[in-house]
Amino acid sequence: MDLSFNAEERAFQDEVRNFIAKNLTDEMKRATALTPSVFSDPDVGMAWQRALHKQGWGAPGWPVEHGGPDWTPAQRWIFETECARAGVPNVNVMGVKMVGPVIIGFGSPEQKNFYLPRILSGEDYWCQGYSEPGSGSDLSSLKTRAVRDGDDYIINGTKIWTTHAHHANRMFALVRTSDGPRQQDGISFILIDMKTPGITTRPILTIGGDHEVNQVFFDDVRVPVANRVGEEGKGWTYGKYLLEFERGAGIASAKLREGLRAIADLAESDLTGRAIDSPDIATRISEVEVDIDALEMTELRVLSALQTGQNPGAVSSILKLRNSEIRQAVTRLGADVIGHDALAVEPMRPLYKLNHEPATPEEMLTVMPEYLNGRAYTIFGGTSEIQRDIIAKMMLGI
Amino acid sequence: MDLNLSDEQKLLRESAERFVAESYDAAHRRKMANDPLGFSPAVWKQFAELGWLALPLPEEFGGLGGGAVDVGILMEAFGRGLVSEPYVATVVLGAALIDRCGTTEQKQASLPKVADGSLKLALAHSERAARFDLAKVATSANKTAQGWRLAGSKIAVLDGHAADEIIVSALMHDHHGPSGRIGLFAVPATAPGLAISDYARLGGGRACNIELSDVNLPQDALLGDGSDSLPAIEWAVDRAMAALGAEAVGIMQTLLDTTLEYTKIRKQFGRTLSANQVIRHRLADMAMQVDESRSMALRAALKADSPPVERARAASGAKAKIGRCARFVGEQSIQLHGGMGVTEELEVGAYFKRLVAFDTLFGGSAHHYGRHAELSRRAASA
Repeated sequence: MDLSFNAEERAFQDEVRNFIAKNLTDEMKRATALTPSVFSDPDVGMAWQRALHKQGWGAPGWPVEHGGPDWTPAQRWIFETECARAGVPNVNVMGVKMVGPVIIGFGSPEQKNFYLPRILSGEDYWCQGYSEPGSGSDLSSLKTRAVRDGDDYIINGTKIWTTHAHHANRMFALVRTSDGPRQQDGISFILIDMKTPGITTRPILTIGGDHEVNQVFFDDVRVPVANRVGEEGKGWTYGKYLLEFERGAGIASAKLREGLRAIADLAESDLTGRAIDSPDIATRISEVEVDIDALEMTELRVLSALQTGQNPGAVSSILKLRNSEIRQAVTRLGADVIGHDALAVEPMRPLYKLNHEPATPEEMLTVMPEYLNGRAYTIFGGTSEIQRDIIAKMMLGI
Repeated sequence: MDLNLSDEQKLLRESAERFVAESYDAAHRRKMANDPLGFSPAVWKQFAELGWLALPLPEEFGGLGGGAVDVGILMEAFGRGLVSEPYVATVVLGAALIDRCGTTEQKQASLPKVADGSLKLALAHSERAARFDLAKVATSANKTAQGWRLAGSKIAVLDGHAADEIIVSALMHDHHGPSGRIGLFAVPATAPGLAISDYARLGGGRACNIELSDVNLPQDALLGDGSDSLPAIEWAVDRAMAALGAEAVGIMQTLLDTTLEYTKIRKQFGRTLSANQVIRHRLADMAMQVDESRSMALRAALKADSPPVERARAASGAKAKIGRCARFVGEQSIQLHGGMGVTEELEVGAYFKRLVAFDTLFGGSAHHYGRHAELSRRAASA
């Protein structure tokens, strides 16, 4: 057993560091630090995606024949860790990490040829049409319906919590094409051009003051049958496959560590009257750091298992659950560390383009929005309650 | 980076798990709980034959040259059966300190005997007034014409009653008074002036308090050259905490398995306990905390030979985190067993008590989160 990296891996680490040093501009870095949403705005995020693509690193998890870099799990770990340390933009994962693997796994040759290069280059910007107002955790009860009409489907219904729908030019969606004996039957996986007539998008503002999610309405939206991925009625299988990617991406500790470092820096600063001198704050920082250490070790154990071809299984639910809980602990700590500055509300966005002097120092601007928006971490991608159901079922057999 | 077990480590785990499963049943544990020695000399002999006593000792002194990860594999298996043999006292603390501080002659005299099972050791360091502060030692060692004279009191000496030799820490005095240096002295169990009062330890095994009333020792009772042994004591205790953390993981895993089985069988309101979501989620949390503990014990072991601050942060982080998880898993195991969980008729209580003992030993979670925070500040200002 060995925690350290070998010579090749260290060389790769240098390569990643050099790449970041050459491509990450101060503007990108500042914009990322001052973005309290999950993902960077597309102008910032896609600029980084283009740089990655130019380097051949646009889609770390993809097979080589579709443009993946063929990294080992250790290399992916190094890449993600170095990116988190440097504070690179948070590229919207809907393309590369979500719809990409589904198209690769189940799409037609035409779909692969058309969509995959456009995801890599950042030409297409994707959003995910899964949840509906009546279908949250019970996702497979979804009602948005696609009715066959010649070579088209006609779609009616609505999707909600659609991250960056207001930026996206494409959506992958789960829609009901028939009614089977089980509610999971009769769901199909469809790719939709967001410019198609009949689609309207309503912004939803989250409690931190950010516009990241939306509700999307479909009124007689005509989509070619050729846009269906895989077989009709098998969408639930593909959608679940994708959810495993969403949860099991599995390298979150480095970002958590950077988040905690930012809060600890504030706690050690005169800006907070040295909050760290309170034993309670100092101990809580250690508690969160230790939780991150534990998560990091679990991630490394999973990576080691992956390197030898073992399947990590339900541990991806543990990673998702702990990541989201620790993320919330970090942001809760932040809210406490900044003291009275937690009272100030800054409604303007983006925070990196304010045209006035904010009420709090810039270093604190994202703390409250991140705490407030961060309540969503234990809700999206399968709530903590759903993750516990999965752990009980898959790990404990009950 | 590779956290997979090697073939040798897999073999070690299999043989340790098999040995524990075959040798440690409820009847054996009950017998040991009422035994004045608290463990079985026959089992200790088997440990020697299996090479487990030699496992982390250097090869030049009869050892196998294993590391903290190997010890952790063994300790996790020990935890599954609540093994009460004095492994930590003899091998992880005693022999490690002789190896780290002793002269070549001292190592040659002791370590091969530890490896073959003929020498049992203990570390007498904690004192009542020191609480968990390893640097605070009032027991004194005064230079005499023949060697040293030790006086003072020690508490919570693990397995001291069974040791052939007790390693006692004492503040060394010269003719100016206290030197500020802590020395480690090998005191034979039969030394005049040494009084041992032993007691049954929470969760199995035994421990003792020790009075040293002018115990006279020869010159070479002092391990090494007389330089300050505090860094070595901290090093050894950090390693012991990693080992005990692995043991706690084994204990927690057994409690989780047992509790899970029970909730699948026990019926109330016409259905099994595990049919209730509130129970399933509790068990999911327990499983998650066992897994986090496993990560932290492994992390502490992998960093056992890192530079002092990094090693100590990993050890304290693991001790604090595993201690907290252990309390949760232990208390919830009792809760889910209902009233029977509070009785001596089930073994749940014995496993729980060993976890409580683990959490307390060398300082509880609050102490170690505090130490971790203190070390962070030291690392930041360095």
